[in-house]
Amino acid sequence: MTVAIIRFGGSNCDRDALRALEHLDADAEIVWYEDGLPENTTGIVLPGGFSYGDYLRAGAMAARTPIMQEVREAAAEGTPVLGICNGAQICAEVGLVPGAFTVNESARFQCEPVHLRVEDADTPFTRGFEEGDVIELPIAHGEGRYEARPGTFDDLVEEEKVLFRYCDADGNVTDEANPNGSKDNVAGVTGGCENTAGTSSGEPSLAGACENAAVLMPHPERAVLPELGGTDGRRILEGLTG
Amino acid sequence: MAAFTATVTVRLKSGVLDPEAATTQRALERLEFDLEDLRFADRYEIDLDAADADAAAERAESMAERLLANPTIHDYDVEVEQRE
Repeated sequence: MTVAIIRFGGSNCDRDALRALEHLDADAEIVWYEDGLPENTTGIVLPGGFSYGDYLRAGAMAARTPIMQEVREAAAEGTPVLGICNGAQICAEVGLVPGAFTVNESARFQCEPVHLRVEDADTPFTRGFEEGDVIELPIAHGEGRYEARPGTFDDLVEEEKVLFRYCDADGNVTDEANPNGSKDNVAGVTGGCENTAGTSSGEPSLAGACENAAVLMPHPERAVLPELGGTDGRRILEGLTG
Repeated sequence: MAAFTATVTVRLKSGVLDPEAATTQRALERLEFDLEDLRFADRYEIDLDAADADAAAERAESMAERLLANPTIHDYDVEVEQRE
């Protein structure tokens, strides 16, 4: 049993994720992307960072590495996959979740704590919460604005695939509480993992979608050790450890 | 086989916010240029050999579909020219 934290060239939150998971007594290891998934993988983290220097688009290069095919297959077989920040961008690029994360409305890199409202407590990554709970996590991204095609987005909302929305401290989802211009304040989503092409040739249909893959732009692994200011990220990471 | 250059232009779909273009426009206005709007596009010039122009265009379109563009936010077009 191990949680595989996949390191690409330019990942830089892999050690944070390892430290956080070890703090939660999880078996976890960093896996170089060329080495493939360990046989005993029971959970997968795609960590934050700047894989391949964000060339082309954030996550575009890492999304097309062979290990991501393994990740897709593992997700389809029921292995929980968590994409954080750059990992979220990679998962969107590879079609594990619908939509795309692109340049912040401010056109600036933003590094600040944000509040999130838990929108769906019925996933492995949010089952420690109640719907409507407000949590605080840090963000650190330049390309975190969530975009989806209108039809895709409507399906996403209707099928309750929105995990978190940016909100104020009281849980109100407002424009002022939206740090990056994300559509409808979306900060994290779950996705479909079985019926996409593995390329960006078409947006994943949500039919048959599974909830094993979840992504979010904020950093739960930076909110695990109390010394760092908060522990709201713990219950999200616990989705990887069962 | 003949030599071609395929030019793939990738731009944001109409209606998708482009903060970099908006920032660039503001910078131009700060330099006292008068402009209505500004759009941003990425252009890839790809040299390749193919049986004919259609085959070259098809391959370039496939490149755009699979990597150069993200269909959630981008439109793209492909032009092919014979290369000397």
